[in-house]
Amino acid sequence: MVEKPLTHGVIGRDDMTIQFNDETFRDDYSFYNSAWAIKRFPFPFDKDDYMYSVNMEPHAGGREGSIFDNRFDVDEHYVSEMRDRALVLASDPLRCQSLPHMTLAGWDLLELIMVSKSEDYPDMFELHRDGDKWRWINKPLGIDDSFTFLDETTLPYGPMEYITRQTQGDFAVLDQRDDNLWMDAGMITTQADWSLDFDIGMNFFEWHAPVPLAHEKGIFVRALKFLLNIQQGSPVRRLNWTMTVNPLLDTSPENYHKWGVQKTTLTPDNLGSKQHLRVELQTFFRLPRSNAMVFPIRCYLCAFQDIVSVPKWGRRLHRVIRDLPDELAEYKGFAANRPMMLDYLAKFDDGLPTSPGIWPEIETEPALQK
Amino acid sequence: MSGATKIGVRVTEIVPLNNLVTRFKFEPLDGSLLPTFSGGAHTVVEMKDGDRTRLNPYSLMSDPSDRNAYTISVRRDDEGRGGSLFLHKNVKVGDEMVLSNPVNLFSLDLRAKKHLMIAGGIGITPFMAQIKQLDRNHGNWELHYSARSEDLASYARELTSEHPNDVHVYYNDKDQSIDLEQLLDGQPLGTHIYICGPRGMIDWVRGTAKELGWPREAVHFEEFLAPKPGKPFEVKLAVSNKVIEVGEHESLLEAIERAGVDAPYLCRGGACGQCETNVLECDGEIVHRDHWLEPDEHASNEKIMPCVSRFTGKTLVLDR
Repeated sequence: MVEKPLTHGVIGRDDMTIQFNDETFRDDYSFYNSAWAIKRFPFPFDKDDYMYSVNMEPHAGGREGSIFDNRFDVDEHYVSEMRDRALVLASDPLRCQSLPHMTLAGWDLLELIMVSKSEDYPDMFELHRDGDKWRWINKPLGIDDSFTFLDETTLPYGPMEYITRQTQGDFAVLDQRDDNLWMDAGMITTQADWSLDFDIGMNFFEWHAPVPLAHEKGIFVRALKFLLNIQQGSPVRRLNWTMTVNPLLDTSPENYHKWGVQKTTLTPDNLGSKQHLRVELQTFFRLPRSNAMVFPIRCYLCAFQDIVSVPKWGRRLHRVIRDLPDELAEYKGFAANRPMMLDYLAKFDDGLPTSPGIWPEIETEPALQK
Repeated sequence: MSGATKIGVRVTEIVPLNNLVTRFKFEPLDGSLLPTFSGGAHTVVEMKDGDRTRLNPYSLMSDPSDRNAYTISVRRDDEGRGGSLFLHKNVKVGDEMVLSNPVNLFSLDLRAKKHLMIAGGIGITPFMAQIKQLDRNHGNWELHYSARSEDLASYARELTSEHPNDVHVYYNDKDQSIDLEQLLDGQPLGTHIYICGPRGMIDWVRGTAKELGWPREAVHFEEFLAPKPGKPFEVKLAVSNKVIEVGEHESLLEAIERAGVDAPYLCRGGACGQCETNVLECDGEIVHRDHWLEPDEHASNEKIMPCVSRFTGKTLVLDR
């Protein structure tokens, strides 16, 4: 495990189960993962090679303490991520949009998150309901609001914006009609290089048009069929991944001029701390009142030096990145840096076999043999 | 486990509305709250009929925001395979039953400036829930409801007394009928049409709307097909390596389930696409009865929807 300097700040209260990091995702990049966060990082590769697949499974809990355990995972980055979201919204309000017919879906989402968080984290979140008079307490963010459910005038923002300013991850809210899904609302501030303002109103095939190889494999046709049939009470999930230099949440096309250039700052010496594997936990829930879908996209970042502290992950990450088709490295934006990444990762691959599955297996997997 | 998540309920009220239609009310067994739903959703009702399990979809007609109870209205079908007869004759107040979570294949398009609803007979039920949902959000709607006679027009009286300006009822035995061309011609831009009723009515409204130049996306319809009885036939299930016999009064899907093979499904009425199954070998004719597959897929005999479709001929081998 990589030693962490003791100077990192924490925020939080003694009566809460999580201590929140005081950190930034911009400028000085003081973001860090604790040993706890590294161990529960959602490493996305279950074997030594990678190709697209629909790879959906029920989002119905998971290994205790893992990021799959609760419907909406809350971790040590919560408070700082919400601070970063507020900064993004202040400079670019179009990151949050909701077409007029999506307000009911926004209420659906608010209810889903408030009910889930108050049940899953009762020490941090409380929801008190008396008919349509609701009171919501969010202790980490110091919020205690009373409002009338389904009455927008009683909240400081629309229902979707209100609740997603308090929930980690991006949220695409999709209307379902004509056997298709439509990107008609969203809160998108931590995205892997796509734009809500560009995609708003598009259907499933339109917003996926830029993805290489997957169309030829018929993946999107099958994925859409699957998603249209997701039912109330039976959410599903999958992992997706890309690469990010520096722990940036906001890698949007709108700000490419700010972060794109940072990809050229990698050197063999700083790569371990600057290069991050960016993993998205994508979940899909049917919303009951609107029959819309919500697609939360939760971003987890982990520096290469922290990933290779887990021997199994170090071996496997090297093999996956080495054997990835060029189109995918190009699409994910790291083709130019791939040789340097491989030089770094090769040091952590001793050629030993790896066990199947994504879990770290720290106790059973052999230590690095070189 | 296939199908939507299950909910254990108790029958708390049975109200005969007329000669053909009876209303059933269900409340959750454990005293918890039922999931909210969207107007137009249905539930699949599980019936234990001796050693046979019947699964029939019915539209939810209660207020979608009422989480204490669900209600459905069931029209007795004397010629069907027996699900509606079972509900009418065997189910009593106090019985425990199992419902699926709500599934909506007939959702309102919330972009619509106006919702124009056209109901025939028992097709009124999904609109009962949609009207309650729209009223809560001050939606603009209008209902045209056609029934055989005043006696058989379930809920017509309540609807007209609560919404005298928005509900128009037509009795066939009084030679009243919807003047469809005039009705469609007078609608404001941004109106969406919803049709639920017999096949003939759906075809008539869709055809007329098409002729008048309505966009396809603005015309919504729902027709649940009850699986029709038919001659028994034999099917081979290649994956599970079983040969099964499909009886006269059961569907292919039911026969697959009876053989202990877990096959996916949701609506069991030929509409949702979930049970789509590849055909590996077909020496004979598949009797396609679903709304899901495209005409060229029907012609190819490479796919079948086992919830409603049947087979006549020598050999049918399925990828299941």
